[in-house]
Amino acid sequence: MRYDDILQAIGNTPLVGMPSMSPRAPVRLWAKLEGQNPTGSVKDRIALAMIESAEASGDLTPDKTILEPTSGNTGIALAMVAKRKGYRLTVVIPDNASHERVQLLELFGAEIVYSPGDKGTNGSIEVARAMAKDPKYHMPFQYGNLANVLAHYEGTGAEIVRDLPQVTHFIAGLGTGGTLTGTGRRLHEHDPRVRVIAAEPELGDLVYGLRSLDDGFIPPIFDETVLDRKFLVSSSDALRVTRELTSREGIFSGISSGAVVYVAQRIATEIDEGDIVCLLADGGWKYLSTEAWAPEIDRAEKGVSESLWW
Amino acid sequence: MVRVKLPTILRKHTGGEPAVDAEGATLRELLENLEARYPGLTKNVLANDGGLHRFVNVYVNDEDVRYLGSLETAMREGDVVSILPAVAGG
Repeated sequence: MRYDDILQAIGNTPLVGMPSMSPRAPVRLWAKLEGQNPTGSVKDRIALAMIESAEASGDLTPDKTILEPTSGNTGIALAMVAKRKGYRLTVVIPDNASHERVQLLELFGAEIVYSPGDKGTNGSIEVARAMAKDPKYHMPFQYGNLANVLAHYEGTGAEIVRDLPQVTHFIAGLGTGGTLTGTGRRLHEHDPRVRVIAAEPELGDLVYGLRSLDDGFIPPIFDETVLDRKFLVSSSDALRVTRELTSREGIFSGISSGAVVYVAQRIATEIDEGDIVCLLADGGWKYLSTEAWAPEIDRAEKGVSESLWW
Repeated sequence: MVRVKLPTILRKHTGGEPAVDAEGATLRELLENLEARYPGLTKNVLANDGGLHRFVNVYVNDEDVRYLGSLETAMREGDVVSILPAVAGG
């Protein structure tokens, strides 16, 4: 494929079979490899969509600095798109985000503001919202930006329909809800019988150290009615399947992808046949420092449980 | 008997215990049972209208009850209930 610039290389990711991961042969598992995007995650899709929609509406002008709360991937994607288009970017990230995420943000020239790690991404949202009162900033706000949903409706969802019209299930991680809402709506239009299922991380006490349950956060763009089921996945189950993806399929993915495939395997045991699409949000590169692939499983589990992998 | 796993912020009601056992035919009965033994525990789990609080996720055997039977979800011997605050990612 030939493109005029890097932004055109976003999306159209491969959908590859995972024959060794299915517990029963008539149920086929498929991986949508979002790690193949230019900065290595699904977030390139929404970064481009949010910036271009803000340019089109006039909300984003060259004098403004883009500001975004993120656990990492969206920030990295925005940093690349901002660099290509000539905008300044400030990201707010939890201070326990992996080392590689910070390095990538820095190499694309993003300014970094840290929020307390024990409040997770919810804490970053709080800090960014306060900063965004300054009119020098334009905040795309992935949790409330319909361009996020649209990027998946027009991109991710349409690509799955094109590549696998017989899809029966779609499983993705729940972060902003954009992937599940946009892709889910497109798949339901194609075939209302498609089941849309969310995987959520069990992040450990460190990240759940919120002051009260009222501090919880539901992204405004997340349409809960698009979902049929939602599962909690522990970091040890996510890690185990992430390592199996590497050793059995040759797929080097991030830890949230392991959580998604774990849920797919649970669903596969409940159905006689089907085609389950798993959205693998990123590659494993940014998680090497967590020691997720260390030969000793204990060391890997400790490293992953102490880091923010969502 | 059902095992109920609690987030850090609710453990002040159980003397620091991260998980407690409870009884009930449905999730609602189970929460009522818990409230009777640990007053205040379910105050922020249930909303004023008697439904589940919007910012709280409750899972039975790791599946979100909002997509099962919500508070009327039937409980079986050996089930594990997890209560967690909703968190975002991205």
